[in-house]
Amino acid sequence: MPAPTLTRSTLASLLVGRDPIRRSIYLLGMLPAVFTFYLGLVDQLGADPQKTLERTLGLWALRFLILTLAITPLRRLGLANLVRYRRAIGLLAFYYAALHVTVYTLLDQGLDLAAIWADIVKRPYITVGMLAFSILLPLAVTSNAAMIRRLGGAAWQRLHRLIYLAAAAAVLHFIMLVKSWSPELILYAVLIASLLAFRLLARRPRAAAKRASAPAPRQAARAHNLPP
Amino acid sequence: MLIKRAADIAPSEITPQAAYLRRREFLAGTAALELGALLPEPGRAAPLAASKSPLSTTAEPQTALKDIISYNNFYEFGVDKDDPVKHAHTLKTKPWKVKVDGLVGKPADYDLDDLIKDIALEERIYRMRCVEGWSMVIPWVGVPLASLLKRLEPQGSAKYVAFETLVRPAEMPAQRGVFQPLPWPYVDGLRLDEAMHPLTILAVGLYGETLANQNGAPIRLVVPWKYGFKGVKSIVKISLTEKQPPCTWNVQNAREYGFYSNVNPTVDHPRWSQATERRIGEGGLFVKRRPTLMFNGYADEVASLYTGLDLKANY
Repeated sequence: MPAPTLTRSTLASLLVGRDPIRRSIYLLGMLPAVFTFYLGLVDQLGADPQKTLERTLGLWALRFLILTLAITPLRRLGLANLVRYRRAIGLLAFYYAALHVTVYTLLDQGLDLAAIWADIVKRPYITVGMLAFSILLPLAVTSNAAMIRRLGGAAWQRLHRLIYLAAAAAVLHFIMLVKSWSPELILYAVLIASLLAFRLLARRPRAAAKRASAPAPRQAARAHNLPP
Repeated sequence: MLIKRAADIAPSEITPQAAYLRRREFLAGTAALELGALLPEPGRAAPLAASKSPLSTTAEPQTALKDIISYNNFYEFGVDKDDPVKHAHTLKTKPWKVKVDGLVGKPADYDLDDLIKDIALEERIYRMRCVEGWSMVIPWVGVPLASLLKRLEPQGSAKYVAFETLVRPAEMPAQRGVFQPLPWPYVDGLRLDEAMHPLTILAVGLYGETLANQNGAPIRLVVPWKYGFKGVKSIVKISLTEKQPPCTWNVQNAREYGFYSNVNPTVDHPRWSQATERRIGEGGLFVKRRPTLMFNGYADEVASLYTGLDLKANY
């Protein structure tokens, strides 16, 4: 019975790719969303289930953004090379951000476009959150091999450096909406600040190397489509 | 034929109709308590006898007990909504002293029982609107603050009433360690005429039982036309003052939280709209926002307190 197997695996590879590890990342990565939504449906999300769902999705978006940003430092520091899983993790961040925005627009605001627009314009924390999401959107759309080829490595890399801005905006969005700082928020803010600082610090020797007319590291980065 | 009630049924054994009609809520409450048994033991609730009050709102369904006791802002126990139900069981509310000082004829360290002795308990079913944009309907049991204040004999110069929450780091986890969300003690206050308003109560219970610790046991302030954070919990001090007393959230962030903090859908919080609210327990995951009412629906009773006051400037 090869036919059903073929269909199933084709569908699976379309959805989550062929690499079993990458596939597991997608499937495991979506578990918190599925589980939280399920808890909401069976009334196990506490007294304010909609808010809990919204917050949980936002938190996971931030966590996956942090993981995405951690991959280059981990490699540079010789701790782990997870570059081949970065796209999956980055896409998970986008999926969670999209679900977070969906809950806000659809469930919280009841798709009241006037109210949503008023929120975006008048509420800085929503402005900043929407900025983070609108940055992630083109990054997700251009995250496949065909788009890398079409844009060219250098342009693609420049575009994808916007993730730094998205991550900063995302954690700022979180900071701006709380009434007081929690240990978890401080942890995320410190992590994102450190991961962004790593880029700034790691750039200097390369800039110096470039001035010393040694373009090799840049070419290497370009060949691997790696933002620094 | 003369039909008489059988003499063997004592009046105390007859279930009041209201309670009978609420039997499902009771069962739901029992289920929640069983669920709660898995959590650290909550403060022991004792039944309270209270008379009904015409000041209660009866038009809206009451929020389920399980939500009222599990979704709380009580920063002394942590900043998350479920921190108080997890951590408040460590709080010892007996014995409980309340210090009364300032511009009063009878300042003293009162034992709680003596403080409210002989003031009849009333059930007051009030809407509760949190500044964060959610609301509940809570059947409080308490005493009018006015009755207590009259007993304490405010002096002519007294213009404000200040309240203070307990500081006891050993029993309040967010009062110790590195991450303390607020300066302690938590303080807030009212103008004397607000405090004397018949709607203002000191609650000692809800749903016919003594307060759970996470709801501010053993005694807390309830001012139904103001945002919930004005309702100082676990009160240990009441002072009558001539000057406007400090309010914790106002001290923390004066731009966002004012002294008055009246519920007002036309004055937004600087970061979010106050025009609508989510009623807890209404609609689950798909709950729809409902419009927030001026003075939380108590405008007829309290608007006159603020005649001539610019409510935008005095938020």
